[in-house]
This record gives sequence, C-alpha cells and structure tokens, in this order.
Amino acid sequence: MASIKNTLPETKVGLLVIGAGPAGLAAAVAAYDRGVRDILICERQDFAGGILPQCIHNGFGLKRFGEELTGPEYAGRYEKMAAERGIRIEYGATVTKLSDDRRVTVLSESGMKVYAADAVILAMGCRERPRGALPVVGTRPAGIYTAGCAQKMVNRMGLLPGREIVILGSGDIGLIMARRMTLEGAHVKAVCEVMDHPGGLRRNIVQCLDDFGIPLYLSTTVVEVEGEDRVTSVTLAEVDEFRRPIPGTERRVACDTLLLSVGLIPENELTRQAGIEIDPVTNGAAVRENRETSIPGVFACGNVLHVHDLVDFVSEEGEIAGNAAADYLAKQEKIETAPVARITAKNGVRYTVPELVGNGETKNVTVFFRVSDSFRDATLVAENGDGVILSRKVRRMVPGEMQRVDLPREKLVGEVTLSVAPQAN
Amino acid sequence: MNSVTRYDAIVVGGGVVGCLTARELTRLGARVLVLEAKSDVAAGTTAANSGIVHAGFDAETGTNKAKLNVRGSAMMPNLTRDLSVRYRQIGALVTAKGDEGLRGLEVLLERGRKNGVAGLSIVRGEKLRALEPNLSPELDCALLAETSGIVCPYGLAIAAMGNAMDNGAVLLRNTPVVSIETVEGGYLVNATYFAPAVIDAAGLAAHKVAALAGVTGLSQHPRRGEYLLLDRNCGSVVSHTVFTLPTKAGKGILVSPTADGNLLLGPTAEDLPEGADCAVTTAGQGKIVAAAKKMVPSVPLGGRITSFSGLRAVGESGDFEITKRGGFIALTGIESPGLSAAPAIAELIGETLGEAGLLPEKPMANFNPVRTVVRPKEMTDAERDALIRRDPAYGRIVCRCEEVSEGEIRDALRQNPPALTLDGIKRRTRAMMGRCQGGFCTPSLLSLVSRERKIDETEVKKNEGESYIAHERTKGGN
Repeated sequence: MASIKNTLPETKVGLLVIGAGPAGLAAAVAAYDRGVRDILICERQDFAGGILPQCIHNGFGLKRFGEELTGPEYAGRYEKMAAERGIRIEYGATVTKLSDDRRVTVLSESGMKVYAADAVILAMGCRERPRGALPVVGTRPAGIYTAGCAQKMVNRMGLLPGREIVILGSGDIGLIMARRMTLEGAHVKAVCEVMDHPGGLRRNIVQCLDDFGIPLYLSTTVVEVEGEDRVTSVTLAEVDEFRRPIPGTERRVACDTLLLSVGLIPENELTRQAGIEIDPVTNGAAVRENRETSIPGVFACGNVLHVHDLVDFVSEEGEIAGNAAADYLAKQEKIETAPVARITAKNGVRYTVPELVGNGETKNVTVFFRVSDSFRDATLVAENGDGVILSRKVRRMVPGEMQRVDLPREKLVGEVTLSVAPQAN
Repeated sequence: MNSVTRYDAIVVGGGVVGCLTARELTRLGARVLVLEAKSDVAAGTTAANSGIVHAGFDAETGTNKAKLNVRGSAMMPNLTRDLSVRYRQIGALVTAKGDEGLRGLEVLLERGRKNGVAGLSIVRGEKLRALEPNLSPELDCALLAETSGIVCPYGLAIAAMGNAMDNGAVLLRNTPVVSIETVEGGYLVNATYFAPAVIDAAGLAAHKVAALAGVTGLSQHPRRGEYLLLDRNCGSVVSHTVFTLPTKAGKGILVSPTADGNLLLGPTAEDLPEGADCAVTTAGQGKIVAAAKKMVPSVPLGGRITSFSGLRAVGESGDFEITKRGGFIALTGIESPGLSAAPAIAELIGETLGEAGLLPEKPMANFNPVRTVVRPKEMTDAERDALIRRDPAYGRIVCRCEEVSEGEIRDALRQNPPALTLDGIKRRTRAMMGRCQGGFCTPSLLSLVSRERKIDETEVKKNEGESYIAHERTKGGN
C-alpha cells in the first residue's frame, strides 16, 4: 500500500541500516560478524555516533567495555569496529521514504536514490519533546531550548545559550546540562520536575545536582514564560497528584534561559509511513524478541524502539537486531510465522520490549520493561493463560530505570502479562 | 539636514496589506518605499492569524469588509499562482444545530448571496456527514462555502514584498516611522523620505502613524486571538474549514487544515488595551480545546506541537476604515477578513491614488508578476534528483521534520526580501515549524545565518531587539 511509485532507478542492497548512531553501528557490526557483507548505513548527519559526539561527559560504556568512556570515545569505538569491517556509511543521507516492501528513498547531496533492501534495520533514534507539547503559557521569546539543543551549542559550537538558567524536567540530559552550564559559568537556579520523583538516573542526581548545590524541586512545573525578546522570567508552581498546578503556589524566578528536558519521543515517522504496527506506549514499533517488526525483514533497535537509560543497552539491542537481520538474510525461504505470544504490560508495568514472542531457540526470552511508579519490596509477576510463570521479589524499581527479566520460552504462549504486586508476598 | 530621497509612494507597514499594496503600486509604475518597524515583513498580525481566505458571506452587505472580502477572495487563485504561495480552495462549513441554527445559516446564506458570493448552499444530515465524517453528531446542518480557502498568510506577504522588490520597490526594515511632515506636494517621513502619497498600513499602530500625519480621531484596540497548532499527521481530521455560527466577537473558533497541512484550532477573541502582548493563556487554550471538541469530538489534541497568539486591530466602526486626507491614506480596523481582502485593498488604493493623479500615467512596462521559490519537497523524486545534481545544497537536509534543505535556507537568506533572523527563515522555509520545533536544526541554522550574513553566531537573533540565540562564546569557544 505504501509502495513507492518511482521513476528513479533502484539499487539492490542486502542490509540497509537507517542511522549510524550507537544502535545502527552495533547492528551493522553484529550483522557483519554473522556473515552479512552487503551492508549500507544511511546517516543524516555528517558524522557517526548519533547524539554521542555532543555528550562529552563520561559514564558511557561501563557495561559494554567495563570502563568509563565519554560519548565521543564510546562512539569512536563502534565507528572503528565498523571501519575495520569496511562497512559503508553514507553521510548526509536522509531517508525520506520507507515502503512496506523495504524500498528506501534516500536524499543526499549526490541526489535521490531508491534502494531495494532485502532487510532493513530502523535505528533513527529519538527527538526531544518541545515546549509546544507542554501546557506552558505566556510569550514566545528567544531563550527556550531543549536540553539537547543547548548541549550541542555548548559542546560542539562553543556557544553559551544564557547565564541565568531554569531547567524543566529532571531527565538525564537535563541533569547533565545543569552541571555543564554550571561548569561554563552559568547560574542554574532551579531544576523542576513535575513528577514526585526524578526522571533521570540516581547517579546523575548526585553527580550533576547535589555535588553543585543545584536545587531540585519535585512536583513542580513551569506554568508561564515571560519576556518579549528574550526570556526574563518563568513562573514555577507546585502540582497536585494529577500534575495540575496548585493555585497560590506560583513563584516567579528571574532568568534568561529555560532548558527543557521533558521527555524523548522515538522518531518513527518512517516506521508509520511503512505501515508498521506501533506500540502506543513506547511510540516505537511493536517487536518480537529478535526486534523484528510487523513487516518481515524490518527490524528496529535503540531509542527509535523505546527510550533507553544507557547507551550500553542501546548497543546490546543493536546487536540483537543485527544478528536477527543476518539470520533472516541467511534463510533461503522466507516463511512468515505468526507470533506465538503477546506480552501485555499490566498493573505497575508501563510497557515491555518485546511485545511479541516468535519462535526463537533460546531457553529464555529477555524482556525489558519500565514500571509506572516507584516500588520497594514488591513482587514481579508474569502470567500466561494457565497461571503464574514467574513470581520474583524485587527490592527496588523506579520508572527512571529500565528493568529486565528472563522468562522461560516454553511458557510464553498466547496472552502473557507482566505486572507488579506492590507488597512482597 | 539629511538628504531627502524621493519616491512616488511610501507604504508604512510590511504586513500582508502593505506588501500587496507595495506590489500593486509598483505594478502601476510607482517608485515605492516600504518602511517596516520590525526586523521582517509579515511579523505582526500577518504572522499569527487563521490563514483563511473567507468566501465573504459574513460581513454586512455594503460594508468595506463585504465588498473587499468578496473581491479579494476572487483575486486569490491567480495571485497565489503568480507568487508561488500555498493556497487551496478547500471550502468552509459553518455548522449549526436545530431549527434556530438553521435560521442563522439562512441569514448567512441570504447575506452571502447579496454580497455576491458564489458557491453557497445549506447541507444537512447524511450529506453533511459525508463532507465531514468527524463532525460532532450534535451538529446537523451547515452552510457550505465552496470558494473559501486556506493560504499561508506570511508566505503571501513575503512573496508580494519580494516580487515588488524584484520589480524595483525598496524595503527598509527596523525602521519605525517617527515623524510625518506635510510639505509642499507631499509628505516627508522621518525627515528623510519624501513622497506625494503615503499609505498607512501599520496594522495595530495605524492610528498612531495617522496621528503623526495630522489625521486624528482614529482609534483602534488590539483583539487577541490564541491558537493551537497540531502536527501534520492530524491535518486530515477535517477537510474543510469548520466554524460554528458567528457571534459579535467574530467568526469564532475554527478547526481547519492549514495550507501547510497542519491542523489549526482557534482563535479566541479577547479585547485588550493598547500594548498587549502575544501571550497564550491557560483560559484561552481551554476555550479553544472546548470549542474544537464541540465541533470535532475526535480532534487529536495529543498531536499539539505549539500554541501561539496574534493581535488584530479592531476599529471603532467595526468595518475596515479607509481614511483619505490628500495623498495620505490610513487603513485602520483591518481585522478579519483582512487577509482575504488584502489583494482588493491594494487594488483599491491603486485606483484611489490613480484617480487623485498621484501615480505615473502608465503602469510599469516590464513588470514581472511572477515570483518563484524552489520547493524540492513539492517536486517528484526525479525532478528533485535532477535539482540536487545541479545544486547539491538542495540535497543537504537541515530541518528534518519539515525536510528543509540547506539550499532553501540559503535562498531564504538571499531572495527578496532576504531573511535576517531565525523567525524570518522559519516563515520562508518552515524550518523549525515541525514537530521538534527547532530542537535539532536551530544550531545548524545559527551557523548558516552566520555564514551567509557574515555575522558572528552570537549576533544571530530570533526576531527583534535582544532576542539573541547564543548569549556569548563559552570559555573555550572561539
């Protein structure tokens, strides 16, 4: 249906990877190591690594490489692995169309090309939620940036967005930028979080806020922006349990800059265009355990699938998708099989990846999930139609940290649910 | 004493009316100067309105609003074609319910016919449902206005100004008018520019500009309209501009696709004292949501990408006020349907100045009415491929959400009237207008503006005054 009507000649390619960020690079390397040779990565930027080159702080790679790397160093490792294997990367190449028969239209300064790919890996990453998506009223002056935009200005362009800073959202990028702006001589006056718990990793709260004496206000949001040309102040207000501002709690904070770290949205415009099934909670494709989407031969990994906490997990998922793409390409006959189980997130569990289970061969299926609330000494329960298949005590789970659990494959049939019972039993 | 530059006509204000007037007077052979107070044309009322080309049934028969709207609407198809401006005649539906609603629609239908509007009919029941399946089942009748359309309002103003400049008109931005002296044979503006004719198209400030020329007694106040803009993937929820029956405060809140394919909700109508700003409010946003849901219950509010507000100038009479004193023409009260009427207002001013003998005897001999803009996204893949092979800059995507290339940004910074600011680029190319709202491309745009305009990145502004994007270089920055 979404097939491309085209007058441009087509080029055949074995595996086309969309995006040379950590997910795409890891996927391509894994596919290569499993025997795929005809690989092309299309990268819209002029460099590889996705967002990593602007993440000059350390803390990357502990799980993957057993050492603390900066973002550029982490990206560099994977770039090197790709280069050593001779994997082709086309830079400045934006994919503008993806069809349901794996035809990929790519725009670059050498023109428009259409690739007919035997397999496709979606690794487009995510974008930041903008101000417009928030119920913040007031004027529309200069001085409002997403945290990632400010990070690019500071770390890659040597430009300081402002001097008196308020940050809305305690996601990891916001926390990192609170420290970064402070180190550059700016005054971070407040970090506000609409939830009653921080959005980012605990280590970032400690290392980026506490160590610098930057105040974090929980259950607090920005309700209004003032300023004609440039931001002159913002109004903070406390919120109730439904995140509604509480009248009378407003206070105005003078500042010239508002940074937003209010969530990341997987960039699935191409995925939707191809008609791939989307999980309404993750806003990414619904996938099987090998990260295959509802279109056979199309896989997804990294932040385009669901937003990860650590790049190490992104790389891990890239490998899963890369291996699966290689297996898919190696199969002589492409037999479509229906999924054997569907995993549904229930009470206390916000989403799971994978959402579907196919017929793989491993003993266990690793399920990644996020909880919707903070839990202490709770019980994680997985059930199928016949009853409980797993019940495990968990000491602590918070929404900001992705969880994982291995479920026995033989029990994963039909409708499977994953939930949290608040008390340990 | 400054040296004085002479023109045939000076237009004060580069909104859609001023820009189209400048183009029309240029076409008629005049040497035209446009003075704009802000850093760009189309930066005031023209920048933030509904972008609807109304059919013309709404205004009382015989008023300027009625006459000029109907004429302007008729001019729009050819005008937008010549100027390469996005315009689609999608039709409008004024929706209502019950017998009382139907009577209200019949009044509009009758008035529309008297005003000379073609393509009006009342639709009910299944036929209405077929036209707009997502319309609330509560609404059972509607006035269909087939000639109603949508246009990119700032696109129209920028293109008109650009075309006027291509034909010789002069635009000065960041040039507020501070004095108008009546002198022998005409007017001396800011003690520097002379012309026998001055057209005051200063929008919200028109009455103040008029007072500078000694034309007193005009009064206007701002009426604020807030809007909510939804993502392009929501644009097909309705296929017409959907209204409810108008009230005294205006045509009310509408739900409409925009010329660029987004979905627009709004505007509110809030009368404010002079000097009001373009803020959005909790109350206003709530009103929009409630009204939009009444018309289209399934309106996908999750797709909101931004909210904004605009100010329209409301005069005392409620009609467009066109005040002529000698060679000075003041335009006040140009609220809705000002955009729809703008081409006709420009035409009327040309006729008026011509009759007064204030224009050259013959129109410009080699006036070129056409302005073209390269829009790769509107081409077929093969055309786009050929374009990029000629000019690779069209293959380098800067704004990924709206798929805007470096070539288009460069054009916006070079083509008349060249963009000076990020908002200027935004209105010309749609860069930063997509779902990420500039999160990705703002840094790249800073660099491109800096390179093209040969200014430091810290000098690049969003729009006016101190609206710098980068405060300063970092400690290690160079």
